[in-house]
Amino acid sequence: MGAGHAHKLYRHGPSPVHGLPPHCKLVAVFCFVLVVVCTPREAMWAFGLYAALLAAVAAVARIPVGFLLKRLVVEVPFVAFALLMPFVVPGEQTNVLGVSVSVPGLWGAWNVLAKATLGVAASVLLASSTELRAVLLGLQRLKLPPLLVQIASFMIRYGDVVTDEMRRMAIARRSRGFEARGVRQWRVLAASAGALFIRSYERGERVHLAMVSRGYTGTMPVIDEVTADRTQWAYAATLPVLALAICLLGWTL
Amino acid sequence: MHVPDGFIDAPVSVAAGAFAVGAVAVSLRGARRELDERTAPLAGLVAAFIFAVQMLNFPVAAGTSGHLMGGALAAILVGPWTAVLCLSVVLLLQGIFFADGGLTALGVNITVMGVVTVVVAYVVFRLLTGLLPRTRRSATASAFVAALVSVPASAAAFTLLYWIGGTTEIPIGKVFTAMVGVHVLIGIGEAVITALTVGAVLAVRPDLVHGVRGIAAPLKLRIDGELVDAPAATRDPEPAPAHRSARGFWITGLVSAFLLAGFVSFYASADPDGLERVAADQGIDEKVAEHGAADSPLADYGVGDIANARLSGGLAGVIGVSATVVVGTGVFWVVRRREEEPGEAPRDRDHENA
Repeated sequence: MGAGHAHKLYRHGPSPVHGLPPHCKLVAVFCFVLVVVCTPREAMWAFGLYAALLAAVAAVARIPVGFLLKRLVVEVPFVAFALLMPFVVPGEQTNVLGVSVSVPGLWGAWNVLAKATLGVAASVLLASSTELRAVLLGLQRLKLPPLLVQIASFMIRYGDVVTDEMRRMAIARRSRGFEARGVRQWRVLAASAGALFIRSYERGERVHLAMVSRGYTGTMPVIDEVTADRTQWAYAATLPVLALAICLLGWTL
Repeated sequence: MHVPDGFIDAPVSVAAGAFAVGAVAVSLRGARRELDERTAPLAGLVAAFIFAVQMLNFPVAAGTSGHLMGGALAAILVGPWTAVLCLSVVLLLQGIFFADGGLTALGVNITVMGVVTVVVAYVVFRLLTGLLPRTRRSATASAFVAALVSVPASAAAFTLLYWIGGTTEIPIGKVFTAMVGVHVLIGIGEAVITALTVGAVLAVRPDLVHGVRGIAAPLKLRIDGELVDAPAATRDPEPAPAHRSARGFWITGLVSAFLLAGFVSFYASADPDGLERVAADQGIDEKVAEHGAADSPLADYGVGDIANARLSGGLAGVIGVSATVVVGTGVFWVVRRREEEPGEAPRDRDHENA
């Protein structure tokens, strides 16, 4: 990427998981999550096994548990929602520690919590063991339209630039005594958003001109094609295949 | 609002994914017409802008704050095609890198937050700007209404998907009321900020606001003391308005069909979810105590309700959504085919080869 350093989401390390081609990892993670979503919620042990699988992957990738847990915080709003379910869903009531809750609600909450947590954990593992740029290459390899990949790569490339611009505007506002306390300050914040849009758009135009002057015709040359051999595919397939086995067991047992 | 994994069952997620893929494919073609080879850098930068602006927090009252969803804003500022692309890219990257929204729910997220908000907002905006006098104030007002409508519409779309393929049976009426109720409130915030932002951009660079191209007063030059019309700037020929109105008509039809189906079905049948921010606001303080207890006692309860009702519900979901997908993409293809002009064809083909 433009700045040659890794993103803060990425955690570099020489592990077999880091070394896998990105598109193998993408497919593996997606299949894994799909399998998890298809698992019946009554098979609680299956979700334990899934978690164990992910923990094993994290161990192989040498990603510290603390790092992983910190990233799981994204999920919190939906945890709150899931915890509301036992009280909203109608159905057979039961007592849990003196509070009346509904059984289908409890199942629903468990279902959402377990599956969402596993999904988030899988994505976090992917993001922390694969560079942003590599993921884009993987997506391109998986036949995502090149234009979409280009848009995504521009977004990643300039995401930090635009965010920093926003931060600088915030500093400029604050250094002039501005403090956002409530609805009254919305006009100022919206004006900042407008300014940010104009700056981003104009930057886009400048970037485009710079690219045109270097011979850009609407497509990007592919200079680093990623490839995977059969062993790498087999290695990446371990996770979803094991998960599929667990899922099938969950349906039959 | 990002839907996580396990919230919507697999068949409906897949169907929503197919719909999202179709919508993105159509938008790719549309955006290419809007932006030519500028598509990648400009859409990329706009996506980065949306990503950043979603992090801009607006204080609502003491302690609480909201943030922009950006669908309506993007639709008005850069046009519907580019907006769908930008939001889809933002959602895709949020899903992969930030684990914000599940990977299997990506289709649901793109459909609900990308496609529905953009389409609803743009249709409402175009209708209003068509009806109202072409001034800056009416453009701002239209932006307000467009954003106000788009957020509950997206909530309704989510409710519809949940009704078809939600994994937990919550009475549909409750879900709809909670979901749309909360999102009307969120929508008001979104609307105020979208309108203010559009107003701010209009004040500085009215030419950048896609939704209201051409309302700026003609440029006058003062030559020898008197005002003379400046020679018209040579801009790229814009897509003919006739096209857009036809497209708008189809889109309006689709959206109203969606909404009608949603509304009618809420009263016809019974079961999904909604809440969200309600849960975050009201849920936490009351429910924290029960947190530890919520999952452990589950082990005592056997299988129970599942089986037939869910299966049939899921099946109905697949059929319903796939029908929508087929019809929807069919309509888009027809419109697209009709629009393709001989002069434009070679360039399109060129892009496709690349």
